[in-house]
Amino acid sequence: MKNVIEVKELTKHYNGLTAVDHINFEVEEGEVFGFLGPNGAGKTTTVRMLTGVIKPSSGSVSVMGFDLGRHPIRAKETMGVVPELSNAYTELSAWNNLQFTAELYGVPKREAKSRAEELLTKFDLYDRKDHKVKTFSKGMKQKLVTAMSLMNDPDILFLDEPTSGLDVRSARLIKEMVRELRDTGKTIFLTTHYMDEASQLCNRVAIINHGQIAAIDAPEKLKVRIGGLQYVEVSFTAPVDVSDLRAMAGIAGVRMSGDKIQLYTDEPDRTIRGLVDYSRSFNLEIVTLNTLTPTLEDVFVKLTEEE
Amino acid sequence: MIDQMRRAYAIAKKDVRIYYLKGPVIIFGVLSPAFLFLAFMIGRDLPIDFLLAGLLGMTIFFTSTSVAPVIAPTETQTRNLERLAAAPISVTTILFGDVLASVLFGIAISLVPILLGMALGVTIMHPFILALGIVLAAFCFSAMGLIFSSAPTSMTSTVMMLSMMVKFPLVFISGIFIPVQELPSWGQALASLSPLTYITDLCRYSFQGAGYYPVMVDIGALLVFLAVFMVIAIKLHERSLPKRL
Ligand SMILES: Nc1ncnc2c1ncn2[C@@H]1O[C@H](COP(=O)(O)OP(=O)(O)OP(=O)(O)O)[C@@H](O)[C@H]1O
Ligand SMILES: [Mg+2]
Repeated sequence: MKNVIEVKELTKHYNGLTAVDHINFEVEEGEVFGFLGPNGAGKTTTVRMLTGVIKPSSGSVSVMGFDLGRHPIRAKETMGVVPELSNAYTELSAWNNLQFTAELYGVPKREAKSRAEELLTKFDLYDRKDHKVKTFSKGMKQKLVTAMSLMNDPDILFLDEPTSGLDVRSARLIKEMVRELRDTGKTIFLTTHYMDEASQLCNRVAIINHGQIAAIDAPEKLKVRIGGLQYVEVSFTAPVDVSDLRAMAGIAGVRMSGDKIQLYTDEPDRTIRGLVDYSRSFNLEIVTLNTLTPTLEDVFVKLTEEE
Repeated sequence: MIDQMRRAYAIAKKDVRIYYLKGPVIIFGVLSPAFLFLAFMIGRDLPIDFLLAGLLGMTIFFTSTSVAPVIAPTETQTRNLERLAAAPISVTTILFGDVLASVLFGIAISLVPILLGMALGVTIMHPFILALGIVLAAFCFSAMGLIFSSAPTSMTSTVMMLSMMVKFPLVFISGIFIPVQELPSWGQALASLSPLTYITDLCRYSFQGAGYYPVMVDIGALLVFLAVFMVIAIKLHERSLPKRL
């Protein structure tokens, strides 16, 4: 597999503050690469450097084999970008926004027309194509910006929180689009705060915190790697004394989550037996009982915890 | 190169669609030269072709400097800039597009005083020189407009205020209201610093058959101002663009 994005020692300082701190990674062709991190971790700053919007303080980026410092125009022609906060031109119609984007990327007229029609249809905007964008709802605008990013048929698509603030259906549409694009061999670089979105879509994720990369791997491997986080989740008809449960054999930790109790353990089988015995001896009824493996969210929380 | 020029043209088209009818463009670009001119000329007994040259020079000056400065702050505020910055175009391309839109506006509006003059019986003795002068001046003043908008702000009003503070003095020191030859020598020296002097002089040459400076000096001066303004604008905008995101 060839690397379509290569990042070496990438760093960005904002007068005294290091927003991105010597990060290194590669993204392979055809992968959906997730970029996760808490607010202010440096995700958007990284995306901006990868898309040539801002210049790094030091380090290098190459995209599709073009060094972004030396051949920014060539590199940018291969990308589609949906920035975190951005807008189409509200004074122009959806159609004119799409055509304008096509002209900026040098897409031939005829191709631009057919692609715009295709994308508008796909994003449910076709019957609004001649309306000014200022009459659009937030979700419609986001869909339009996404459509604009696809006008040049990019090899790599950068999406900075593409589904934030969208309703379930629009968010699904965008996720569906990501899957479709992946199936046609495109590479996608995605930042998101939605862990389930990342674990559904991404081949690999990087977790960034304070401008540094805490881990990069496939979501499942990350879950295994942090280990020790399997848990049994139980709820009873009546409140119980949590310290009794904590005293059970093989329990690494106990956490309350609403009316449910989460028991962290390496031996779920033994814990379940223990819980059944416990409920029997106190004459309690078990309402729910689940074994859970750690989610990407658990991994995320663990890796970005403040010491 | 050719690709970039095409893309600059796309930007100009977008600017025309969005910015020509914006309030500040109309107020500062069309109304203010008209009023300024009336305020100074009414009641003074001056030949019509002299007046017309001044009006024309001022019109080009105000219209061409009114479109370009509105674009950057507006697009900062409406958050369109990040996608432009991510597109395969250089800052120079963006600025050329903005200048082009501004130039077309300046040329189109400057037809008004010309037609007015022709209706009043003024003859154009050197139409080719006049056309060249108008185009050149429109480029020169549009590039100047870009310098005002390089302040990394999203407030159009700040930029407009800044530009007025520079534009009015440039009008007063130029030879618009008083012919350069009638100025004292310090006034002549001052007038030579304003690009407006040269386009007005070219207009006088075109309408009256004689100007103060030789035609080549006027054209040369406008070219030099254009080059200097453009280089400064590009440098400043390259620096300020990342601060706008
Ligand atoms: N233009 C700027 N000037 C100064 N500091 C900045 C600028 N942009 C970002 N920063 C700082 O850089 C750090 C990283 O910001 P960034 O926007 O990359 O975070 P993020 O991971 O995208 O966060 P979020 O999840 O909230 O979008 C923050 O501390 C932020 O304050
Ligand atoms: Mg962000």
